[in-house]
Amino acid sequence: MYRYDEFDERFVRERVAQFRDQVGRRLSGALTEDEFKPLRLKNGVYLQLHAYMLRIAVPYGTLSARQMRQLALIGERYDRGYGHFTTRTNLQFNWPKLRDIPDILDLLADVEMHAIQTSGNCIRNVTADHFAGVAPDEIEDPRPTAELIRQWSSLHPEFDYLPRKFKIAVTGAAHDRAVIKAHDIGLRILRHPDTNEIGYEVVVGGGLGRTPMIGKTVREFLPKADLLAYLEAIMRVYNLEGRRDNKYKARVKILVHEIGTAEFSRRVEEEFARLDGPSVNADPAEVARIAAYFAPPAYEALPATSGAFETAKAGNPDFARWVETNVTPHRQQGYAAATISLKPIGAPPGDASSAQMRLVADLAEAFSLSEIRVTHAQNLVLPHVKLSDLFALWQRLGEAGLATANAGLITDIIACPGLDYCALATARSIPIAQAVAKRFADPARQKEIGVLNVKISGCINACGHHHVGHIGILGLEKRGIESYQITLGGDATETAAIGEILGPGLAAEDVPDAIERIVSVYLAQRRAGESFIDNVRRIGLAPFKAAFQEASHAVA
Amino acid sequence: MAAAKRPALPVILLANDLLDGDVVFATGDAHGLCWSRDPGAALIGHDEATADRLDAFAAAELGGQRVVDAYLVDVAVEGGVPVPRHYRERMKTTGPSVRRDLGKQADLPLAEAFTRTAFARA
Ligand code: HEM
Ligand code: SF4
Repeated sequence: MYRYDEFDERFVRERVAQFRDQVGRRLSGALTEDEFKPLRLKNGVYLQLHAYMLRIAVPYGTLSARQMRQLALIGERYDRGYGHFTTRTNLQFNWPKLRDIPDILDLLADVEMHAIQTSGNCIRNVTADHFAGVAPDEIEDPRPTAELIRQWSSLHPEFDYLPRKFKIAVTGAAHDRAVIKAHDIGLRILRHPDTNEIGYEVVVGGGLGRTPMIGKTVREFLPKADLLAYLEAIMRVYNLEGRRDNKYKARVKILVHEIGTAEFSRRVEEEFARLDGPSVNADPAEVARIAAYFAPPAYEALPATSGAFETAKAGNPDFARWVETNVTPHRQQGYAAATISLKPIGAPPGDASSAQMRLVADLAEAFSLSEIRVTHAQNLVLPHVKLSDLFALWQRLGEAGLATANAGLITDIIACPGLDYCALATARSIPIAQAVAKRFADPARQKEIGVLNVKISGCINACGHHHVGHIGILGLEKRGIESYQITLGGDATETAAIGEILGPGLAAEDVPDAIERIVSVYLAQRRAGESFIDNVRRIGLAPFKAAFQEASHAVA
Repeated sequence: MAAAKRPALPVILLANDLLDGDVVFATGDAHGLCWSRDPGAALIGHDEATADRLDAFAAAELGGQRVVDAYLVDVAVEGGVPVPRHYRERMKTTGPSVRRDLGKQADLPLAEAFTRTAFARA
């Protein structure tokens, strides 16, 4: 894992000291709320409905056991004993007191963590494939790229006052698990078809929110060494031309959409040609230094199969089912990646108690070379588990309610905090996730339905990715009542798509029935082996709309 | 989120405590106003004069750096207790509906009543 150097360490400590001073001045009355708000947001401190909220960055979703343990401690000492993992692979604490936040930030700095650039109009925490360094379909680990971008974008003076927030995601694999096409910039590491050289496909202008857009490829192949200069060129074009007059039109997606991909690309290339590449691009020695931190850990040489593992599976159907859904192949022979579902049936998606965090830290130390990943689907991953340890791991997880076998299935629902916590929400999202999960709790039924992503947001900001859910649910307000709009056909992968609205909004209690209807159409009409999303693509929206309309007593 | 337009009467004034972030309600009598964590204790403004008084208190307390996000909320009075008409503000008087052990509903018996009226449907 990446370790802070002296510069990183000093920078983070200085920021804590500055924020401590700013909080002191706020509490003494020297700073008004209008003056203080931008400062607190720069340090990840929001005001929600019931309390302040602290958003902590988990760069590219990678955590050490030690860091996870510190998060558990913070949750216990300064919050209400739990935290919420988000679609941006961050952790949010929902109840910190403003006066305690400087101390929390110090505890974070002790384990090389912070909350900087988790809010505000800057380049946010860079996310990556949660199976980085592990996935068999990976060309190169995306995390050195993400770390390089993190260092380049942290406190970059030119990008400190962007028209709007800016999100970057990186994948190094063929299959996109990082939703790169719904980010302001998405990078896909690939090999040049002719030269075999490693470089990037550069996708710009994706984003969700009020105006959802799928990112457009502005450069098919960018040599690796040119990354920062090219990103800088994109940021300059955006910084200069992006709209500051209207925050709903300020994201780069609007600029790309308004001037067109070809013209945007032309301007970026022009700027790229003009700027002094070598002075912007990272020093190869620095790139190598960063990459070295992500070198494969010290794996043991193991056989490709494990007798103990096969025996455990054969003798224990529950374990076998968990393996089927939550265990992913590893590039290293004899190892696997295990997904720890934070979606036990009926629990708020993405929430983990301090006790659970501590257990995950212990298990990471015992079974996964001390490493943990946070996924955009609000789950955790132990990336390096020996096949022969999986059964013991599963048993320990089960004791803590963390062995739900549903990764990727209909109950593995993404949900933003919604109106239960969020001041911007128009409706609740967590209770909807709970109700849908309960409706489909039966494991046999989940298995029959197969891969199906349900994603729920509590307002049009789309923090819960509802636009790219196979089934998306958006909570709105209609005449003083919560109302839920259902979309169908969204896709968060390399074949990214925005879902389409099925019909009028529904009352909360009607949502599970509506999902049931949609699923029935699929089960009735699918061909052998056809997944839900493939079925929707093949038969189109009409049959689903018809079934939906029958079911909907719209909140007229 | 200062109230741009005054909501319909009756109203209460709520805010978040600057230090703790906790939701607080203006309470008091003819002699003066202060903050309470208990929604049941909120002073109900049935007339324009009381609403004006709550507004002025909000401005003074925001200026005095004691609270943030202070605004008037229209309520229905149920059994003598003010219940916000909008579900968003009702949520502020209870705490998260998915964690009944947290927020006001956890330790204020009165809030239990709000929880029931606010989210009977859930
Ligand atoms: C205090 C809580 C939050 C606030 C105030 C907030 C605010 C916003 C806003 C205003 C947008 C729309 C941006 C735009 O359209 O330009 C947005 C988008 C988004 N937020 Fe949040 N959010 C919050 C919590 C979260 C949480 C908990 C998550 C993760 C679960 C999250 C992840 C995202 C994502 C993925 C998007 C859509 C991607 C995009 O930026 O286009 N946010 N958020
Ligand atoms: S989608 Fe809306 S309700 Fe949900 S977290 Fe984002 S801003 Fe809040």
